[in-house]
Amino acid sequence: MSNGRQIGEVILDLQNISLRFGGVKALTDISFDVREHEIRAIIGPNGAGKSSMLNVINGVYHPQEGTIVFRGQKRHDMNTHEAAEAGFARTFQNIALFKGMSVLDNLMTGRNLKMKSNFLLQALYWGPAQREELEHRRKVEEIIDFLEIEHIRKTPVGRLPYGLQKRVELGRALASEPNILLLDEPMAGMNVEEKQDMCRFVLDVNDQFGTTIVLIEHDMGVVMDISDRVVVLDYGKKIGDGTPDEVKNNPDVIAAYLGTAH
Amino acid sequence: MSDDVRLPSLSTFPRLLMHHAQVRPNHPATREKDMGIWQTWTWSQVAEEVRAMASGLAELGFKRGDNLAIIGDNRPRLYWAMCAAQCLGGVPVPLYQDAVAAEMVFVLQDAGIKFAIVEDQEQVDKLLENKAQCPELQHILYDDPRGMRHYNQPFLHGLDEVQEMGRIHNRNHPEFLDGEIEQGGAEDVAVMLYTSGTTGKPKGVCQTHGAFIKAAESGCTFDRLGPDDNILSYLPMAWVGDHLFSFAQATYAGFTINCPESGDTVMTDMREIGPSYYFAPPRVFENLLTQVMIRMEDAGAIKRKLFHYFMGVARRCGAEILDGKPVSGADRLRYALGNLLVYGPLRNVLGMSRIRVAYTAGAAIGPDLFRFYRSIGVNLKQLYGSTETCAAVCLQPDGQIKFDTVGPPAPGVEVKIADSGEVLVRGEVLLKEYYKRPDATAESIDAQGYFHTGDAGFFDEDGHLKIIDRAKDVGKLANGAMFAPNYIENKLKFFSHIKEAVVFGDGKDEVCAFINIDMGAVGNWAERRNIAYSGYTDLAQKAEVYDLIRDCVEKANAELTHDTMLADSQVHRFLILHKELDPDDDELTRTRKVRRGFIAEKYGVLIAALYSGKTSQFIETEVKFEDGRKGKVSADLRILEVKTFPSQAAKKAA
Repeated sequence: MSNGRQIGEVILDLQNISLRFGGVKALTDISFDVREHEIRAIIGPNGAGKSSMLNVINGVYHPQEGTIVFRGQKRHDMNTHEAAEAGFARTFQNIALFKGMSVLDNLMTGRNLKMKSNFLLQALYWGPAQREELEHRRKVEEIIDFLEIEHIRKTPVGRLPYGLQKRVELGRALASEPNILLLDEPMAGMNVEEKQDMCRFVLDVNDQFGTTIVLIEHDMGVVMDISDRVVVLDYGKKIGDGTPDEVKNNPDVIAAYLGTAH
Repeated sequence: MSDDVRLPSLSTFPRLLMHHAQVRPNHPATREKDMGIWQTWTWSQVAEEVRAMASGLAELGFKRGDNLAIIGDNRPRLYWAMCAAQCLGGVPVPLYQDAVAAEMVFVLQDAGIKFAIVEDQEQVDKLLENKAQCPELQHILYDDPRGMRHYNQPFLHGLDEVQEMGRIHNRNHPEFLDGEIEQGGAEDVAVMLYTSGTTGKPKGVCQTHGAFIKAAESGCTFDRLGPDDNILSYLPMAWVGDHLFSFAQATYAGFTINCPESGDTVMTDMREIGPSYYFAPPRVFENLLTQVMIRMEDAGAIKRKLFHYFMGVARRCGAEILDGKPVSGADRLRYALGNLLVYGPLRNVLGMSRIRVAYTAGAAIGPDLFRFYRSIGVNLKQLYGSTETCAAVCLQPDGQIKFDTVGPPAPGVEVKIADSGEVLVRGEVLLKEYYKRPDATAESIDAQGYFHTGDAGFFDEDGHLKIIDRAKDVGKLANGAMFAPNYIENKLKFFSHIKEAVVFGDGKDEVCAFINIDMGAVGNWAERRNIAYSGYTDLAQKAEVYDLIRDCVEKANAELTHDTMLADSQVHRFLILHKELDPDDDELTRTRKVRRGFIAEKYGVLIAALYSGKTSQFIETEVKFEDGRKGKVSADLRILEVKTFPSQAAKKAA
């Protein structure tokens, strides 16, 4: 797919985004960009508007003001389906998997977008549909191998520990072979070992497939470790943007996280 | 056989491989589950792969007499690598794949490793870490290219490229490899297996083609193993047991080895393959039984009742039916019904439906555990042997199974008991030598050619060998009674709640014990009683858990009274350790045998506390993680008294 960590041109440019729900201003005049193949983190205290930002990117919310430029073209208000077709995939803060279905089936749903044969042929598992399904299964097996979840292939997702469910969710997002992967707190609620594993997988995805990654994360250690650039939000406003080191020393960011002396 | 014209005698493993490639070219030789599908290689394909790998190695400069390190999980290409090295007259040296980098240095240096074939990035990293200390290491070949894209050292090669090189070489020099194979003979060293090193530095045991082929032959004829058998290869490749079963016997008899997808999927893979031939150390059988018991406790009341009723029937007559002994008609009927309702499905869940022969070895197996498998119709047998004897000294013949012996000596093996009680072995399966250690070789093989096993044992009235303990571990209590720690530990370990036990008592008045609880079994037990805990250390110190373990120890004490010689060895006091004993902390060997001396030294405070009659003791211990980092655990350990019983034999006399 790509030769990995060669950070490229700006792929996604968000210009002066504002998002309101009635009188509530979720995002106010936010601008930042994402370069191809980079890991871009969005951080900020609770309620800063991080998840809303992701939802703007993948077409769940349509901002009242501002422009989104994707691959050099101004993007119209697309719906989630169009966003997925454009190569956006995401995971959720609260896991959104099909609990009663096996890991394998959950991953197969991630391939849904790529299935070309019609519903009837698929149901009959006949002709081109069969060939297609085998091809999708092969892709999914590659992801299973990549994420080292062979041992739970047939286990219903609801029975898995939280950390593994998160990994499965990442797998489902990967199944659609995204260009941009949006991760909403991929390490929340994990223990140290699970976090380390997840970090490794995120870095591996970025490295091996060249996938651009936008992630929201609370664990500062993780953010500073794996991201190339960080944008900081607070009360719906951007208060910092830059490399992890720049952000760490930004007085506004320190104030937002630790409070200011009065 | 007329098809053996090209390779007149089958005295080495490469010759055997080429023989199978001619006689049964389309018969499955190796299977591996990859991407969720079982991939099969036939004997002719395996021969082709081995030839490509061997010539590729030769192109890189691998020569007769060189040693080839092999590190990784059970992967087909790593098994083939063994044969590839042997084709060129080299010696494969498998290493334990879960060893940390520093532990590998000794073997890499000792064996003078120039070439290594490893599984993946993880193992490559370990070797790179050691490279400075092993200047002789010239080439590292890896099986799985994942994550290797950014490694650009010129001495790293993907196996694919090396095999491609070999294929080109074979096209240009079609005679080369057969000529190399031709030069090998039965007296050449076939493999070097390092002993796990319960004492001192590991020693490289050099075994010849002749010895391992003899061991494979006697095992295969003994149990009538043929090309149609199947085995699951999941034990460490560096262990003599896996080498005998998955490499030597498979290459001798031509049966199929099956490599699981990963260490975590062994249970599923076993169910899918349904091996006919199975080998596992006792702890694997123990873990399986523990899992079954845990799941039964979570089952519904009817299922549980059914299970316990039929397990009672099986205990009464199952093993006898398997041995073909006379059993009453009513019991036979009950057993047949149980087979339909319980044993059959249970065997199926365990992946043991098609097992014809299963072996266990490596440590003593608890009699109840052994009986459990036999009673549900799994033909589980014991064998006795060591790295130095190709794991082929004694085998239990079908129908003559005893729970506490390892059977009569295998065909062609002579066994003698020394005056000291030590077991001595002579025969073709003995090691050629310890690598570069003539002193150690001379020490363990005496002038009459007997190998000193270091095990204490005796023959029973039927000529079956009974092993009690390591000869050097058998001691005496202060009153002169025999003290066989391993024997007591095994009794304790049979309880599903106890994972590991270490007992002390040599030269003391009384016996005391360290216990490791089984996290799975006790955790489940605690959950069902609504006992909250945060982890091993916390759970281990719960009063309820101590009571639970005390019951187990008391039961073991009661059993010990049946044996006059060991009635004095009843456990008087015990404590539950705050951490699990771990090979990474040097407390267990890589084959999970307790290193009693090391533990006694490390936890000296605790032993002193046990014998001083204290009721608790504080301890802080350093632990090592698999990546080499260190941490600390500390806890206040409680010490509990246990009821002991008067000797049964003494009572009878009174």
